[in-house]
Parts: sequence; C-alpha cells; structure tokens
Amino acid sequence: MAAGPMKMRASLGTGFTDVRVLMTHPMETGLRKDADGKVVPQHFIQNLTVKLNGKTVLDAQISQAVSRNPVFSFRLKGGAKGDKIEVSWLDNHGESAAIETVVA
Amino acid sequence: MKALAFGAALALSCAAYGQDVAKEIQRYRQMVAEGSPAELFELEGEELWKKPQGPKNVSLQRCDLGEGPGVLKAAYAHLPRYFKDADRVMDLESRLLHCMSTLQGRSREEATARVFGSADRPSEFELLSIYIAGQSRGVKIEPGLSQPKEKASYELGRALYFHRVGAWDFSCASCHGDEGKRIRMQELPVLYKPEAARPVIATWPAYRVSTSQLVTLQWRMNDCYRQMRTGPGNKR
Repeated sequence: MAAGPMKMRASLGTGFTDVRVLMTHPMETGLRKDADGKVVPQHFIQNLTVKLNGKTVLDAQISQAVSRNPVFSFRLKGGAKGDKIEVSWLDNHGESAAIETVVA
Repeated sequence: MKALAFGAALALSCAAYGQDVAKEIQRYRQMVAEGSPAELFELEGEELWKKPQGPKNVSLQRCDLGEGPGVLKAAYAHLPRYFKDADRVMDLESRLLHCMSTLQGRSREEATARVFGSADRPSEFELLSIYIAGQSRGVKIEPGLSQPKEKASYELGRALYFHRVGAWDFSCASCHGDEGKRIRMQELPVLYKPEAARPVIATWPAYRVSTSQLVTLQWRMNDCYRQMRTGPGNKR
C-alpha cells in the first residue's frame, strides 16, 4: 500500500501556481494496535520534495501527525505554462514515490 | 441588570460560535471536495475494472451498467434502474455482482465474501463504485422511474423509509424526518425531500477522513440499520 498511486493538479493563476498533491500512505503513528492487539509499527512520510523545472523549491519534513492518505496543497510564486513540477516523498522505511506534471 | 446584559452577551457569543463552527465545517467540506483521497481510490478502481478475473479470466469492461456494454459515462447517475436481462431493478453493487457472475463466472459466495473493506484494504465493490461514480461527475442523478418494476421498487423504498423496526422501533424517518435535527454537529437531512436528498446522495461513495476509509451508499444504509438495531446480519 505504501507505494500506491499519487495524483497531482497544478493550476495557473496570475503570478502564482496552485498545486494540490494526493498521496497514498498509511501514515502509521506507532500508537495504534491491530485487531490482535499488536502494535502497528511506525510508518510515515518523512520528507517531501517539490521541484520546479528540476530545481528544488520546497523541502518539507513531516511526521506521523499528518493523516493517512495526505493531501498537500501549496502555492508557488510564479510558474508558467509548460513548467514541470515534480513532487516526491520518502518515508521512514526508505520507501518512496514520485509524480510529475506540467502546468497547463 | 448587569447580569442580564452579561447573559445577553453570552447568548450572542454562543450564536456567533455556532455560526463559526458551521462555517468551518462548510470550509472543510469544500476542501475535501476539491482534493479528496477518494481520487486515489478511483485510480485503483479503474485498474480493477480492467483486470481479468474469475474462472473465465475476463475483466468487467463489457459489463452493461444500463447505458450499454462498457459505457460508464453517466451510468451511476441513472442507477438504480430496471435491467431486462435480470428482470429486476438493480443498484450499482447488485449490477456489478451480476456482471461478476455472468461475465467472469464467479460465484455469489466468493464475490460477496468481503463487501465492506477496511482502511488498509478497501473491498472490490468500494473501489469499483468510486471509479464508476467518478464517471458521472456533473450528471444529474435520475434513477429509473418509468418501468413498472422501477415504480414498484420506488414504492417499496418509500414504505421501508417510514417503517419502524428493531429493538428501538426506529425508521429512517425517525432521524431523517424533521427539519433542523442533528446528531452532534452532523445535520440530518430530510431525505424524503428531493431537494434535500439530491446534494447528499450525490456525495456518495465517500471518503471518510475520520476512519481514512472509502465507503459506499450500501455501507451507509447498512450502518444506519445497524445503528437502528434492526437485528443481526448487518456486517460491520
């Protein structure tokens, strides 16, 4: 489930670009117990990186406080039609996923 | 006098607080509508729709949901409806089950072994439902009402809505029968009024943030019946 699908939308405004990313991730806190009473180990996204045309514009460190299947939305200054936006995450198990889109 | 003024001020601030909460809930719903994890499940549902399965090892892509074999556009918005080949009115889930048995050659027991899933593993019906419902975005919900069997189903549904059952003697109308009722912060729509029902029904299947789970309209009905204590047999 960790490396499930991702989805991203980027829409251009005047002088900015709004980006919304959906990620599939269990985001386990390490506090929850399963049906058998065993603790479900921590499993969460640690790093989130956004690149605009190959250049890193955002590097976020997040933790288990973020919900399962997170939605991450942000506004980029500037941006133009045809710009390439890449978003990738890395979790505490070393698993990762990435998605890219072109601003339309 | 001072106490009275204080009381009035308190009442005012409470009213303002209630409004703020309602507004925040509205804002939250807006956000969920704009970027819901449900869209991730749509992608998985699409994969499942195209995946060959069952003894005949075929996909569901030729399944006729009422708009013709394999036509998904607007299909969900026009369900439930009458299907001639099965000679009965079917909703999305029962039609999918029909296709699983006729197209894929699967048994009812096997296909329905797990109708409601979990956050870790959504069920086949949940994934397929969200994908198919997603193909009806912007289409007006208009279930079939022209065939005699559709009319009979409609009348039966209306009777069930007001029929009181179970240990607590509840009907659907016990909660969804009067304007202005709510459970905690959750407003209870008067579902026998089309103008109230339409916007609510249109939000299903839904992603529940509180449980990180994808749930279908069948789940909603089933869980209402469970809360009404209608008896055993409701799957959780």
